[in-house]
Amino acid sequence: MTETRTIKISPITRIEGHASIAIELDDAGNVADSKVHFQSIRGFEKFVEGKPAEELPRIVNRICGICPWHHHLAANKAVDRCFGVTPPPAGQKLRELIQTIAQAEDKLLHFFFLAAADFVIGPDADYAVRNVIGVAKANPDLAKKVVQMRYKAKMMIEKFAGKAIHPVAAVTGGFAKAMTEEDRKWMLEGMREIYDFARFTIDFAKKDIFPKYMDAIASLGVINTGFIGTVDSAGALNLYDGKIRLMKADGSYTDFDVQDYTDYLGEHVPSWSYGKFPYAKSWNEGFSLDLDNPKGIYRSNTLARINVADHMATPAAQAELEEFRQLFGRPAQATLLYHYARLIEEVYACEHAIEMLEDPEITDPNVRAEAEPKAGRGVGCVEAPRGTLIHDYSTDDNGLITRANMIVGTTHNLGPINMSVDQAARSLIKEGHVDEGILNKVEMAVRAYDP
Amino acid sequence: MAAKVASDWLNACSGCEIAIVDMGERLLTVLDLVEFVHLPALMDHKYYGQMGDGAHLSFPEADLGIISGSIKNEEHLEVALEMRKKCGAIIALGTCATHGGIPALANSWANDAMLERYYSTETTDACDAVPADGVPPLLENVSALDEKINVDIYLPGCPPHPDQVFGALAAFLEGKTPELPTKSVCDTCPTQREGKGKIGKLRRFLQAPQYKGADEPLDQMRCLLEQGLLCMGPVTRAGCGGDGVVPRCISARVPCRGCYGPVQPGGNQRLDMLNALASNGIDPASLPETVSMLRFSGGHGMLKPARR
Repeated sequence: MTETRTIKISPITRIEGHASIAIELDDAGNVADSKVHFQSIRGFEKFVEGKPAEELPRIVNRICGICPWHHHLAANKAVDRCFGVTPPPAGQKLRELIQTIAQAEDKLLHFFFLAAADFVIGPDADYAVRNVIGVAKANPDLAKKVVQMRYKAKMMIEKFAGKAIHPVAAVTGGFAKAMTEEDRKWMLEGMREIYDFARFTIDFAKKDIFPKYMDAIASLGVINTGFIGTVDSAGALNLYDGKIRLMKADGSYTDFDVQDYTDYLGEHVPSWSYGKFPYAKSWNEGFSLDLDNPKGIYRSNTLARINVADHMATPAAQAELEEFRQLFGRPAQATLLYHYARLIEEVYACEHAIEMLEDPEITDPNVRAEAEPKAGRGVGCVEAPRGTLIHDYSTDDNGLITRANMIVGTTHNLGPINMSVDQAARSLIKEGHVDEGILNKVEMAVRAYDP
Repeated sequence: MAAKVASDWLNACSGCEIAIVDMGERLLTVLDLVEFVHLPALMDHKYYGQMGDGAHLSFPEADLGIISGSIKNEEHLEVALEMRKKCGAIIALGTCATHGGIPALANSWANDAMLERYYSTETTDACDAVPADGVPPLLENVSALDEKINVDIYLPGCPPHPDQVFGALAAFLEGKTPELPTKSVCDTCPTQREGKGKIGKLRRFLQAPQYKGADEPLDQMRCLLEQGLLCMGPVTRAGCGGDGVVPRCISARVPCRGCYGPVQPGGNQRLDMLNALASNGIDPASLPETVSMLRFSGGHGMLKPARR
């Protein structure tokens, strides 16, 4: 005689932030329901009210310590629009350059520090060694190289832009300082080295990791959804600016200007999560997490971006995308492919940063336009590592914030994460049989999204 | 034997943990010297046992507990109390843990007002009730760590510089108390101060400060406060530049906003700054608001909802 019980995975680990999983088993020991509880609520939408708009980029970056540059820049874009100011070209380019380097650094962090242990040490290994410390002990030379490359990228940002975590260097109307020719040279040299490491990483993963996990890729956490991401006017993936592309699971899509985002996106409030679950309101089908028939569900982050993009704007990344599409098609739905897509984007980010550092205009001393406080509304958007990041502010005549709304990259994936966890739990836990390795595999379905 | 370390993040953003990772190769040295027994950012130890069947939240014993983030819900409080019980010494890592940090700006409102806005934004569907199933209930306000548990070592900064994180860990392992800067940001700032200015008013940071260009060394630039920009340097604890000393924001030609918290542990950055402005003949009414002066240190009852 068995009885219903709930398995609690708390906290979900090797992710950024606070979440737990509750898996409810029925009296036969099979999964009746799974819920992911997203536990964080800080109230940024409220407490920025009354603050001078130009201060927001230095407040809202605290939403996330892993991707503060993206909040910093989305906020700056929103404030520029509220005040009706356009940064000069070099100011725009410096913002985009640092954002691109931050993207490159973030992907190394996720792949090696958070995710790799599940693949390199193995999903069923003891938890005491199934982590970056275990990876470092097993592969000391690789660990040293990873740490050096990430450090190089972070110190590059700190040396040029003052603060790497919780940045300050993008300002209303542009950037706080110009780049000298000397800065340009050492940063270019550094980025070329990180690019070589990005190439090494994707080759290593394609040869030594992904082939071993093809079964898991085909099954673990697989769901069928739409996707969201930013593309440029030619349809190429763009991390900094462009139009938003919202793709359905069948591959059809609509492009829209982010200023109109409220016409396309809604947020559902589930009873079990402080975090709201965004959905595609414009599909007019409502919201449902049903695994067989989801409604309104789309995904963000790496796999989403390479799915919605027609192509990559740089040659090495384009070659990688073509190889990926040959294998997995478009749109690719398998959740663990987020890792593969992440490494393709890593190549792109490095190539694009090098391109920008080779552009002589990046050292133009005119980096900031003057602004005046005024009443207005502005929506600012960039692609954060975890997805399309939207900051929407209104200001009064004195340039103080009267209203703010934010849709943060990771939140687009909260519904899909809940679905992937439910799918993984249902397929792995049968007739009451569950062990630590199985519970870790359920978490791997979360980690792929790098929330 | 390696020292055992437990670490957790509470009402936090993970920036402090990334600052630990940003120690670079020193991280590998640290990993050789300490054994992490709980570290949700990087390893899989669980609160309720590895199979999730424990009745109570439980931590392993450790020599040192490192806690980032403030306390805002019942789980944060439970973790803090359990870590205090199981750890020999507690480090409050980062300004959220030491003074409340940016999330303590929420202390200017009651929870109802915050929740009302969050669940009624222009994109949010109407909902009947605030989510309550399986999520930890909120406490009334955001508290710094020492409002709830005893703290042994304070390591402010948003985030703390990796040099200081490493220095503090190294000192702890040698059985010493970490030595942290006790001066103000101004005391470590290389810009030129010419004494009391004649500015009278402050302007908002909507134009660049004056300096000759990116090539000009920082010590040739006039103090940003003396240029009429609000800079919280006089009332903010030094240290943000790490071993390189130069304040991080100033090196980007941007004024300080106070992220290391007050110079004296119990100081009030807003009051101290208003006094500093007054003694220099600067009218604080030239600023659009001054609540933001407490943006990093709104714990300890410094920020409260307005009385109705």
